[in-house]
Amino acid sequence: MAQSLDWQLATVAGVHDETDAVRSFSLTLPAWTGHRPGQHVDLRLTAEDGYSVERSYSIASEPERSPEVDITVERIPDGEVSPFLHDVVIPGDRLEVRGPIGGYFVWEASQPGPLLLVGGGSGVVPLMAMIRHRARAGAMNPTRLLLSSRGPGEIIYREELDRLSATQDGFQVAHTLTREQLPGWTGYARRIDEAMLSEVLAPIGREARVYICGPTALVESAANALVRIGLAPSRIRTERFGPTGT
Amino acid sequence: MATDVTTRDLMLDGNAVAGLLADLFGADVTVVPAKCATCGEVNAMGALHAYVRAPGSVLRCPICGAVMMRIVQTNRVTRIEMRGIAYFRFERSNG
Repeated sequence: MAQSLDWQLATVAGVHDETDAVRSFSLTLPAWTGHRPGQHVDLRLTAEDGYSVERSYSIASEPERSPEVDITVERIPDGEVSPFLHDVVIPGDRLEVRGPIGGYFVWEASQPGPLLLVGGGSGVVPLMAMIRHRARAGAMNPTRLLLSSRGPGEIIYREELDRLSATQDGFQVAHTLTREQLPGWTGYARRIDEAMLSEVLAPIGREARVYICGPTALVESAANALVRIGLAPSRIRTERFGPTGT
Repeated sequence: MATDVTTRDLMLDGNAVAGLLADLFGADVTVVPAKCATCGEVNAMGALHAYVRAPGSVLRCPICGAVMMRIVQTNRVTRIEMRGIAYFRFERSNG
């Protein structure tokens, strides 16, 4: 087994609320070998009676911050792991972690050309690692993030995304809110569809590499719409997550 | 909303079992191409459809839906059944 996949004891260095139901945890890892944006870690909780449960969480932070990694966790009310992370874990606590894991849903600044990122809800997390890495690496490739959230209070990383979007380095974010909009909302206000993807894609072109992460229904409809628009399926990478009781 | 959850909602992809697969194969296999023994399509392991809320994990072909791999773990053993996979193709490292 690769050494990086041994379980190691991470220390919680910080806790930060992203939205009412979403919280980020900064973990310091004693034997971190570095990761690529889009990869995840497995996290294991073990009860005193030996019962243990594992979950996979996307890494939200850029590799440049190693050996500290952030994970961003949505609180699933009837979940086994996320309520514990949200309600119990505080800085200084220790958690069993292994990784980095996965090489499929990965983008690095060394890959040139336009980039389209499509996220739904907490599906933005691995995309954020790519966006942060891109900014840290000084990449200027045309990049768009289309992020679907339910309401204005549920947009994860909103301030940071809007700030990065204003830096004129080729990155821009487009939001859509599917359930609730406040008066004066200027973004999209419906589920992601072909027309929306065409508009977001237009300035960067159909040669873009695409990464889509979100619930299965969003991933499939976005991927299918992009193929109809004319993108090569081989340039589209997807990562699905479901109600996994995270 | 547990009552709304359909089988389709529970579908993930091979990335969701990447840690388990790495345990079994000793390396990351999410980018390893695997050929479906049923329809012949080749897809990266990370792109297979995964159902992980069963007593084990089931990986299915994203094209035809056939079961390609089943993994069941107990405290003592890991059972892997993969007659739905015609082949894997591993890159040989130079090291």
